[in-house]
Amino acid sequence: MNEGQLRQQTWKIHFILLFSRQGKLRLQKWYTTLPDKEKKKIIREIVQIILSRNQKTSSFVDWKDLKLVYKRYASLYFCCAIEDQDNELLTLEVVHRYVELLDRYFGNVCELDIIFNFEKAYFILDEFIIGGEVQETSKKTAVKAIEESDMLQETVEEYMNKPAF
Amino acid sequence: MALKMVKGSIDRMFDKNLQDLVRGIRNHKEDEAKYISQCIDEIKQELKQDNIAVKANAVCKLTYLQMLGYDISWAAFNIIEVMSASKFTFKRIGYLAASQCFHEGTDVIMLTTNQIRKDLSSPNQYDTGVALTGLSCFVTPDLARDLANDIMTLMSHTKPYIRKKAVLIMYKVFLKYPESLRPAFPRLKEKLEDPDPGVQSAAVNVICELARRNPKNYLSLAPLFFKLMTSSTNNWVLIKIIKLFGALTPLEPRLGKKLIEPLTNLIHSHSQHRDLTGICASVSVLISLSSGMPNHSASIQLCVQKLRILIEDSDQNLKYLGLLAMSKILKTHPKSVQSHKDLILQCLDDKDESIRLRALDLLYGMVSKKNLMEIVKKLMIHVDKAEGTTYRDELLTKIIDICSQSNYQYITNFEWYISILVELTRLEGTRHGHLIAAQMLDVAIRVKAIRRFAVSQMAMLLDNAHLIASNAQRNGICEVLYAAAWICGEFSEHLEEANQTLEAMLRPKVTTLPGHIQAVYVQNMVKLYASILQQKEQAGEKEAAQEITQLMIERLPQFVQSADLEVQERASCILQLIKYIQKLQIKEVPVAEEVIALFAGELNPVAPKAQKKVPVPEGLDLDAWINEPPSDSESEDEKPKTIFHEEEQRHSRHRQPEIDEEELARRREARKQEQANNPFYIKSSPSPQKRYQDTPGVEHIPVVQIDLSVPLKVPGMPMSDQYVKLEEERRHKQKLEKDKKKKKQKKEKRGKHHRHNSLHTESEEDIAPAHHVDIITEEMPENALPSDEDDKDPNDPYKALDIDLDKPLADSEKLPVQRHRNVETLKSPDSEVPLVEKKSKKPKKKEKKHKDKERDKGKKKEKEKKVVEEEEEEKKVILQDLHYFSSCCYLLLSLVCCLGTVQTAESIPITSFLNLTYDIQGNLQNDSQVTVSVIFENKSTSFLKSMELNVLDSLNTKMLRPEGSSVHDGIPVPFQLPPGISNEAQFVFTLQSIVMAQKLKGTLSFIVKNDEGSTHEKLDFKLHFSCASYLITTPCYSDAFAKLLESGDLHMSSIKVDGISISFQHLLAKICFHHHFSVVERVDSCASMYSRSIQGHHVCLLVKKGENSVSIDGKCNDSTLLSNLLDEMKETLSKC
Repeated sequence: MNEGQLRQQTWKIHFILLFSRQGKLRLQKWYTTLPDKEKKKIIREIVQIILSRNQKTSSFVDWKDLKLVYKRYASLYFCCAIEDQDNELLTLEVVHRYVELLDRYFGNVCELDIIFNFEKAYFILDEFIIGGEVQETSKKTAVKAIEESDMLQETVEEYMNKPAF
Repeated sequence: MALKMVKGSIDRMFDKNLQDLVRGIRNHKEDEAKYISQCIDEIKQELKQDNIAVKANAVCKLTYLQMLGYDISWAAFNIIEVMSASKFTFKRIGYLAASQCFHEGTDVIMLTTNQIRKDLSSPNQYDTGVALTGLSCFVTPDLARDLANDIMTLMSHTKPYIRKKAVLIMYKVFLKYPESLRPAFPRLKEKLEDPDPGVQSAAVNVICELARRNPKNYLSLAPLFFKLMTSSTNNWVLIKIIKLFGALTPLEPRLGKKLIEPLTNLIHSHSQHRDLTGICASVSVLISLSSGMPNHSASIQLCVQKLRILIEDSDQNLKYLGLLAMSKILKTHPKSVQSHKDLILQCLDDKDESIRLRALDLLYGMVSKKNLMEIVKKLMIHVDKAEGTTYRDELLTKIIDICSQSNYQYITNFEWYISILVELTRLEGTRHGHLIAAQMLDVAIRVKAIRRFAVSQMAMLLDNAHLIASNAQRNGICEVLYAAAWICGEFSEHLEEANQTLEAMLRPKVTTLPGHIQAVYVQNMVKLYASILQQKEQAGEKEAAQEITQLMIERLPQFVQSADLEVQERASCILQLIKYIQKLQIKEVPVAEEVIALFAGELNPVAPKAQKKVPVPEGLDLDAWINEPPSDSESEDEKPKTIFHEEEQRHSRHRQPEIDEEELARRREARKQEQANNPFYIKSSPSPQKRYQDTPGVEHIPVVQIDLSVPLKVPGMPMSDQYVKLEEERRHKQKLEKDKKKKKQKKEKRGKHHRHNSLHTESEEDIAPAHHVDIITEEMPENALPSDEDDKDPNDPYKALDIDLDKPLADSEKLPVQRHRNVETLKSPDSEVPLVEKKSKKPKKKEKKHKDKERDKGKKKEKEKKVVEEEEEEKKVILQDLHYFSSCCYLLLSLVCCLGTVQTAESIPITSFLNLTYDIQGNLQNDSQVTVSVIFENKSTSFLKSMELNVLDSLNTKMLRPEGSSVHDGIPVPFQLPPGISNEAQFVFTLQSIVMAQKLKGTLSFIVKNDEGSTHEKLDFKLHFSCASYLITTPCYSDAFAKLLESGDLHMSSIKVDGISISFQHLLAKICFHHHFSVVERVDSCASMYSRSIQGHHVCLLVKKGENSVSIDGKCNDSTLLSNLLDEMKETLSKC
């Protein structure tokens, strides 16, 4: 086995995108650093590629030297970019697990939950994946961590609405 | 100052929060950009204020805008301010914003070092967690160096939550600061055996990632991983370990033998599950098997069988993965995959592009001499059918890849290949013209026997150049003209209608081609001209010769006028030359010999790496300055490199500074060597052949003559299909002949070394090529260094991590520790800390009591108890933190303004044992209390007892506990539950403000008792206190109602809900039931309603029903309460 093959076996998520059927971006998380312009270009390109795909096709698309693994849940597409030779099903599982976490947290999650609580969606993602690696495989522990840190947080909104004097 | 604070507070009330922003953007679909720029202006104002809450709110909004694609890098400094807020609420937002928009280039990032260090050592685990998470996104080499030690310390933190994160971040730190690997590795290794599974899997993750890059350094860990693999039940960890073994087995073959059994077991066990994870795991096992153990045919057979099932499955994902795994096996076991050719060709017709591409990949590895033509024919059909240029381009590259792989190993008929290439030029809109061109050049140069045919085809291409270059969009394909012109020029002796070709090259249309192609045209028309001139002179047709010269002189000026410098230069140079020739011709001097001498000499293909492989002569220091480096001002005079097209750069020589004689001589020698090896170098010496024989490099070109049947010639534009038929006939004939002779035919060997290693069946090797084929191997310099080092990418970030981990640690390698900082944070505890410790004593004592009790009973298994205790302990630790935090900053429990909480009776999630239903009722007697009635329903077959309900109080809402108990104590439920029985208990909560909905978290602990013994169980739930639950249905007379409305101290707000289909009567009933209102008056489709909160707020509604819609106008003493109530109502109504 040469070095090339070795490198192919990495298991790292490059970025995660959530977007609606209309192509509106709902969440983006990057685990590789890229200039903003580049990111925008990539997002536009990927959203277009995935939206143009038939519903019955597979969840995998080769894109440049990466591979896109995506799945549609209701009106939202969840898309991960992984390295070419990574394990696709495992990534699909990661996507699914993230949706489950959202579902547990929001209780029957819908697109609006993510739009209006986008920071929570990020926090949940951060509890689940760190630096492109899955950090917590147990759903229970991840949700617990989020809810406990939520308890430490009074929502900004509450703070804003509290009588100030 | 005080005034400023007050002012800040007032302003704050008018600020938009995130929800408002989101809503606003959604409401301004038409002028979104304008709205957002307005919002950004507001945010800029907010950021200028001193109030940190306002800043955090602004940063939160910015983060949202960043996601929408707006640049927020200007706020980097404000983000850091929010990051350093003491409140977790703000800190969290700050770190989120930082992780979204900071990167290595953000200059303010270095300001964060100390803040991050402080957060890392915070007594609150979530502070630490949020800092670690943020760090994972924006760690820079500097941060990594400064914080490596802190993170390493965190790897041994008491809480698994932190350990887990620290371990994973450490990997990022290694990448940015490789020096930290050796000092941190022992601790990382320790974590492989961490008691917490999460930490363990994190450590496995990191070590696998490291080991995969540089496996040899991690061989010593193999036994440990082996143990983990056989003991672990976590699929995610398992998959990682298996992949790691895939990397280790090639280095340690004994490992492979040991692994076979457990791996085969794994496959069998997983293929029994039909769930995705199971298949997923087994696929990855299969893949590692195939790459790890190349010599185990039984397991490979098993793999291929399973894969075939996957590919035949109707699920597209499985099909895709099957193909993917197949291609991995193909690398090591081509034969076992080749038998499934039918299946893979079928996949080419799949609707899904991803699957077609996978199938194409597989085909690449499956071709043989026998099936090449057939497969390529299929692919050509797909090329015609293909929609979408990407896929077509992919097909094109694949066809070329398939044909050219391993030095054209599978091509038996090069005429066929050339005609395939020519057919490919008819593709519209492809980007890969240069690929086709490169192939044409390569084949024409290296396969001597094909040159005549190639030249005739290329001449045809040049003749039809208008077809290729006509469309501006097709300019990708015009690259082939580059190849065509060069081939026709270089091998002009094979050209039959040279005049016609020259004519075609001189057409005015040519000047519309890209510059570098024109340049090649100009250069090659001279070659062509030279050979025509020679022909005519030899035939004694002086006039014809002069005519052709005249033609050149007439047509060349169009190139002299070219905008492209290279074309211009070449054309004017050649024009002068030809004018001179014309003069000589007029004087009737024979010139052809001399003109042709300009282009004499053979060209040899040079291996792409040849230049790099030339060894540096002894004593030559390439880095030493020959002269002192020029000053900066002089460097401006240097010619910019980009003036000429890259293709031409080879010819340009950098001007050298003066050098001494010896150096000059050495260089001349080196240059000669290089010239001999450079195919593009035009030799000036009149007898180059002779020189060639002197050059040792050339003699070693292995040219093997194959002497077999006659080349077939197909007139006109070639059709590759014809070749397929002809080839079949030829093969058939060949076979017949062979059978007749029954002689052992000498196996011809072409390109020896390629053949030796390849595994081919007899029948394939018997197919003889249809041509005299000399495939010239590419040249390498005579004493090239046999190294593969150049294959490695020097920029590979992982190379830096190739570090020997077994060497003992040197002092110098210890991680930088910023001592005074650490001591400071450790030794100066916050004034609140002692308080926490005092508090924490109590629960511990209680826990002990509890433990003793349990032991007396002696019914439970020791192990089980421990787990429960640990959980409890952890919970207490968290509570300690919580308490700490709540005394530091006044803390409110998460108050979720959730819209979906209006239902009066709600179900709390069910475990298998218990179902809880609750209802919240306002208490009329007490204006700050509500009663929550909970119905406990035992759904199990066990007996439930010792139920204790506890809720985490918020500042606003507290559970009323018996006097003397602390906030951590639960309230016992006053009954036990036999199987299937339900009962109700009531709990009283006190609250201060009722204007917002709230959510409280709670836990119900209970003991489940059945025949097998009793276990301790816990059930977590949330209580939603909707605003409606604070209302008490109060009747109101219409005159009182009118007075109330007139009084004028009520705030007003309204909503409108569309898409209502239920009757008005039904609708009012709904509002009355769910929101505790009563109807005051009803006229037609209009009604007024009233209700009162426990704190005496009046709420009046006017409900109007239109067609399919309902509008509700509300008035209330408190505007927040009103808007929350209306929101809740909207939610209920929108469900109708």
